[in-house]
Amino acid sequence: MTKSTRNRHTAAGLTDQQVLDMYYYMLLARRIDERQWLLNRAGKVPFVISCQGQEAAQVGAAFALDRQKDYLCPYYRDLAMVLVFGQTARDCMLSAFAKAEDPNSGGRQMPGHFGSRKYRILTGSSPVTTQVPHAVGIALAGKMQKKDLVVFTSFGEGSSNQGDFHEGANFAGVHKLPVIFFCENNKYAISVPLAKQLGCERVSDRAAGYGFPGITIDGNDPIVVYETMKQAVERARAGEGPTLIEAVTYRLVPHSSDDDDRTYRTREEVEDARKKDPIPRFAAYLKEAGVMDEQMEQEMAQRVQAEVDEATEYAENAPYPMPESALDHVYER
Amino acid sequence: MAVISFIEAITQAMQEEMRRDPSVFVMGEDVGVRGGVFRATNGLIEEFGEGRVIDTPLAESAIAGVAIGAAAYGMRPIAEIQFADFIMTAVNQIVNEAAKMRYRSNNDWNCPVTIRAPFGGGVHGALYHSQSVEAMFTNIPGLKVVAPSTPYDAKGLLKAAIRDNDPVLFFEHKRCYRLIKGEVPDGDYVVPIGRADVKREGDDITVISYGLTLHFALQAAEKLAEEGISAHVLDLRTLYPLDKEAIITAASKTGKVLIVHEDNKEGGVGGEVAAIIAEHCLFDLDAPIKRLCGPDIPAMPYSPPLEKFFMLTPEKVLEAMRELAYF
Repeated sequence: MTKSTRNRHTAAGLTDQQVLDMYYYMLLARRIDERQWLLNRAGKVPFVISCQGQEAAQVGAAFALDRQKDYLCPYYRDLAMVLVFGQTARDCMLSAFAKAEDPNSGGRQMPGHFGSRKYRILTGSSPVTTQVPHAVGIALAGKMQKKDLVVFTSFGEGSSNQGDFHEGANFAGVHKLPVIFFCENNKYAISVPLAKQLGCERVSDRAAGYGFPGITIDGNDPIVVYETMKQAVERARAGEGPTLIEAVTYRLVPHSSDDDDRTYRTREEVEDARKKDPIPRFAAYLKEAGVMDEQMEQEMAQRVQAEVDEATEYAENAPYPMPESALDHVYER
Repeated sequence: MAVISFIEAITQAMQEEMRRDPSVFVMGEDVGVRGGVFRATNGLIEEFGEGRVIDTPLAESAIAGVAIGAAAYGMRPIAEIQFADFIMTAVNQIVNEAAKMRYRSNNDWNCPVTIRAPFGGGVHGALYHSQSVEAMFTNIPGLKVVAPSTPYDAKGLLKAAIRDNDPVLFFEHKRCYRLIKGEVPDGDYVVPIGRADVKREGDDITVISYGLTLHFALQAAEKLAEEGISAHVLDLRTLYPLDKEAIITAASKTGKVLIVHEDNKEGGVGGEVAAIIAEHCLFDLDAPIKRLCGPDIPAMPYSPPLEKFFMLTPEKVLEAMRELAYF
């Protein structure tokens, strides 16, 4: 393979291996997600909430963080994000099947409610945006203890209307805390489009009110996301305070397995968005840049397929929690 | 033993815990330079600096939510909600987040936050500086709700709350702050959360209360003793989870129970106390369970005669106790 002049990742500070790894995580997330829909339609898992279309934003962001010390307060679509931070296909399938070994919650929560202390992923809930003040609190604690840590929190554009977004962002702005507010703008809050969600043009416009920078970027390009995130991380580590990043993406599938998006958006619109699907787009880039060839792509696809198969089989056969265990862990024993 | 006020006990508890454990810190509106609108955090910023005594933006959900995040990380924040009436915008954070973190993560995460909130009326605070909101939080497993009535209990329970590895909502009756004084030992001690306390031994009737009205019951019991009526007074201290055993024991002892609280009657803590008694010791009773509570109106009005009408008094409690004694 020859190095292409169209290589953008080296200038962004990413090695060939890193961009290949990024592609792997994007693909793994997509294939896990697709498998969960199949399992749902086959009646094997009760619920799916998707990351499809947002993998580039998530993986690009996660690669800019320090996976040994930074914290995540993610939202329910961040499957690709938590995979980069250490969760596995098996973990995700255990969660989908609500089995006892589900590392997020032992099968207590719906899929997409991520959490793992060992990976510094704070447990999340369903009321949206509550994680934003938590991220600020972790950053405050880190600052008090003079720890070099950055806290990343993500949410949808609809969630940016919540009071907790405003209250958390303002608090972080006042105290110049090392928090990155990462909006994955997929253009829909279930059925309600952007135009009915925002009084301003962009979510990033809101940063001005909190005294820190806000930027809107192409969330379908993991290298752009990585570069932007890298700057925000450096700002945070240097004690210069938070950044609001709005990564513009598109939700390629319905809100959840219980939604029917044909009731609120045209098929043409979804097909148009599919043409900008970040995964084939990134594969094409890797080939153009001379980092990946057909054979490598196929091998990667097979490796991911095998991982998803193994994870599905393991999770399907794994035991459910004991019924009486519902009584455990209300308080410390 | 020194005699100190209720609010001094609160301040001492925070000060001593902050000295003992560097992970303890205070945050809330006006808690720093001003030392709190009630002066509960008086002197703390001078001793510990603004890094550990944080004047927050005026935003209750962030006060709770940021404290919850810091607690999950491993700190022991004491978050102050300036008036319990203003806790409503933080309810999502307290009920859906703090109370459920341990459970929803299958014991992977926990949330050792203490949220303090002055509650109750009798200070011309009108509708929005007088509310008793505790019943809203007393059916939330995962959360502990504490409401002490004496300086000794306030100090010991607040220390226990700060050291607790689960979230504790700590209600302080604002009328008690300077009105109630009591003996507090010099050394370190804690009062365990989840245990009620017999504040007066008696044989004829049992009064179960908490907060300011507990003192009304004690004063009334003193008067009734002169009439030859002996009242047994139980201070709940912890409102959730309730000390069922202590309630059953106290109710069974006299067979006549009066439950007193300032919060309005329907749906109040007293209903749960009555249910526990009915479930476990109905046949030990010699009279129907009585409740004396605030009226079922939205909140306490401002005009003095209206406020007076809402508030319980030692006289109103005395009357109810006497009536029960002669049942």
